[in-house]
Amino acid sequence: MTTIRHHLSDQLLMAYAAGQLPEAFNLVVATHVSLCDECRARAASFDAVGGALLEEAEEIAMGEDALTRALERIEGLPQATRSEPLKPAGIFPAPLADYVGGDLSAVRWRKVGGGVKQAILPTGKDASARLLYIPAGTAVPDHGHRGMELTLVLQGAFADENDRFGRGDIEIADEEVEHTPVALAGEDCICLAATDAPLRFRGLIPRLAQPLLRI
Amino acid sequence: MATTDETDWAGLLVKVRDHQDRAAFAALFRHFAPRVKAFLMKSGAGAALAEECAQDVMATLWQKAHLFDPSRASVATWVFTIARNRRIDALRKARRAEPEELDWGPDPEPDQAEVMEAQQETERLGRALAALPASQRVLIERAFYGELSHSEIAAETGLPLGTIKSRIRLALEKLRHQLG
Ligand SMILES: [Zn+2]
Repeated sequence: MTTIRHHLSDQLLMAYAAGQLPEAFNLVVATHVSLCDECRARAASFDAVGGALLEEAEEIAMGEDALTRALERIEGLPQATRSEPLKPAGIFPAPLADYVGGDLSAVRWRKVGGGVKQAILPTGKDASARLLYIPAGTAVPDHGHRGMELTLVLQGAFADENDRFGRGDIEIADEEVEHTPVALAGEDCICLAATDAPLRFRGLIPRLAQPLLRI
Repeated sequence: MATTDETDWAGLLVKVRDHQDRAAFAALFRHFAPRVKAFLMKSGAGAALAEECAQDVMATLWQKAHLFDPSRASVATWVFTIARNRRIDALRKARRAEPEELDWGPDPEPDQAEVMEAQQETERLGRALAALPASQRVLIERAFYGELSHSEIAAETGLPLGTIKSRIRLALEKLRHQLG
């Protein structure tokens, strides 16, 4: 595993454990956790909170014939046997490969200008997820920090004034963050980004008109 | 295990897993189904839907028993994750992406000390929950019962989650080492 320096917040992990994230955020969290043992362990500890709450919960009696019905039901149910987990060979961890329907070659990119491409992934409407392809040395399109925006690097790296984000790193930005990330020289940068604000593209064209290649 | 009314849920689920043991399943059902039903009703499901979903959750517990590893999670935690996912399907109709499965199945001969530790975590967390100031406990409950949006959730739980994280972290390191 590569060294991941930028992780999910406790707030996101707890909301994921509680089942309260929009679908697009679930995808980003699951993809990061697939790459990050630290967050996998943290996520499991929040699941354990759910377990403790369930155990402590008051009981509400099941219907009288509930157990009989359950026993009848499992009678007809084959127990699945363990299958080897599918380990995708490409750069997309399993949950993302699942959404894309394959690896990089299956992505249906749309050009958005300046060599930047994006592909919007099908998720529920309360937040949106997309893949971004940013040629090395190009400014990352303004992904409009209204609401919360998560950006997970899958290939290459980007940096802003303060930090560098490589494969597996996640940037969590809110309205206060104002920065100018640029894909680093070397490998083209591919990111999974999700936001709970409506998508907007304002800022993309002006910024690409004067490419920021300083880094 | 320690006290008389504390049942070895993990042992029962392993019997379901390894021997399709119906008596063991019935014992798990009697304990967990009414809790799952309460959890779902508190999350906003009506009684009939909650009863139906609780049935689904228990059937999934039977079907997916082969994935249960008692050295990784307690049965209560395992049941919670199934119930949560069922709730997301039934009430929010949203999809929940799951992390990539690791290349580890249940260890046929898990370390008994590790199993014990994982199974006691629920009880230990339960005590820690009970010891929290009521206002804080309520916030955690509201988060897990789906009453708070993700931006309203306060992540500071005041619960001793570090020990659980460390235990799982260690197991993951061991696994990575084995996969080499
Ligand atoms: Zn992480």
